[in-house]
Amino acid sequence: MPNESTLNVSGLSEGVVLDHIQAGKCMDIYKYLKLDKLDCTVAIIKNATSHKMGRKDIIKIECPIDYIDLDVLGFIDHNITINIIQDNKIVEKKRLHLPKQITNVIRCKNPRCITSIEPELDQIFILTDEEKEVYRCKYCEEKYQGHLNKR
Amino acid sequence: MRHLMSPLDFTVEELDQLLDLANDIEKNPAKYAHACEGKKLATLFYEPSTRTRLSHEAAMLNLGGNVLGFSSADSSSAAKGETVSDTIRMISCYADICAMRHPKEGAPMVACKHSSIPIINAGDGGHQHPTQTLTDLLTIRSLKGRLNNLTIGLCGDLKFGRTVHSLINALVRYTGIRFILISPEELRLPSYIREDVLDRNEVPYQEVVRLEDALPSLDILYMTRVQKERFFNEEDYIRMKDFYILDKKKMELAPEDMYVLHPLPRVNEIAVEVDDDPRAAYFRQAQYGVYVRMALILTLLDIHVD
Repeated sequence: MPNESTLNVSGLSEGVVLDHIQAGKCMDIYKYLKLDKLDCTVAIIKNATSHKMGRKDIIKIECPIDYIDLDVLGFIDHNITINIIQDNKIVEKKRLHLPKQITNVIRCKNPRCITSIEPELDQIFILTDEEKEVYRCKYCEEKYQGHLNKR
Repeated sequence: MRHLMSPLDFTVEELDQLLDLANDIEKNPAKYAHACEGKKLATLFYEPSTRTRLSHEAAMLNLGGNVLGFSSADSSSAAKGETVSDTIRMISCYADICAMRHPKEGAPMVACKHSSIPIINAGDGGHQHPTQTLTDLLTIRSLKGRLNNLTIGLCGDLKFGRTVHSLINALVRYTGIRFILISPEELRLPSYIREDVLDRNEVPYQEVVRLEDALPSLDILYMTRVQKERFFNEEDYIRMKDFYILDKKKMELAPEDMYVLHPLPRVNEIAVEVDDDPRAAYFRQAQYGVYVRMALILTLLDIHVD
């Protein structure tokens, strides 16, 4: 089982490593980043040992960083570390931030919201409280009650 | 081009200007009688609301303009499945300004994204009803002469009452405001308003169950109706609907310069015998609702009358 000190990037000459994913959440990230649609190698490591977290998940993706929606990733978990790999080496580490707005990632569950009857509308959520990580529907202001971005 | 989606769309300074204009309209109605000649207001009411629709229409007619529209979704293309964005694109060709009421929350916001004319949110589900809040602010300021240094009692359904929530959001922007929240335990103000609005803005408030305990210290008493449609259980509604009844005897506990407001319609929470009390201001409030909507139409159409 890989551990933090021996995180192996040698199999990835160019690409992105998403590190410090909360253990058990890698498939959520796979889904929300729509990695199944990418025509490139994706490696998923579950329950790796981590000094910082105890256990963590890791995703290695053989694609340019532009292919990854950092806003979606920031929304899901802004504590994830992004390592950019070139020539088998980590050349850059990116920090994530909570995006101010996310579009068509989550859906408003308020049955009284206009989006419930007009499905062609974009599902837009706005960050209204950065400290408490609160997102509200742009249309009806209903608070998003999901768990994705909560450690 | 500007729209009105929420009562907080206007800054405090802009709001002052709007209320000043409304007061000038009240004093000099003739001056404004032709201000909107040749202009048309479309009232798109996807659900019935006599008071709000008629007050918008009265406002436009008082300004010399014309009105057109529909008063229920059944008599519009919505019944045929037309989207809000398509409807508003079409209405933009027919009218100069539009007031929209819709049962779905956020519908007016969808409209304003596709509209080439100003949109007034005339109520979207349980979400916002900004012209009611403007009416309340104009009424309070006209009767008390100020919007700061006031003790406001909010009584009745504080849990579901959107007018109460909007009014709190609007009033916390002024200094010296204190609230007394009068409700049964089941209809208390939601915690997200207590914490995110009152506590965050350090606005003092007190929660009481008995109306009699609050009355002596109030500048304004804002009564609300317990809405039957909010209850799943008929028994709970029947128990709650008579919880507060303001009558002559209770009014004896209130200061001479306190005013009673109510967004109307009332059911039985204010006894008819209170109507003759000079402090009963709810019908004057309805009149202020026309003045403030006149001021709003002029402001959104950017029409200035010298």
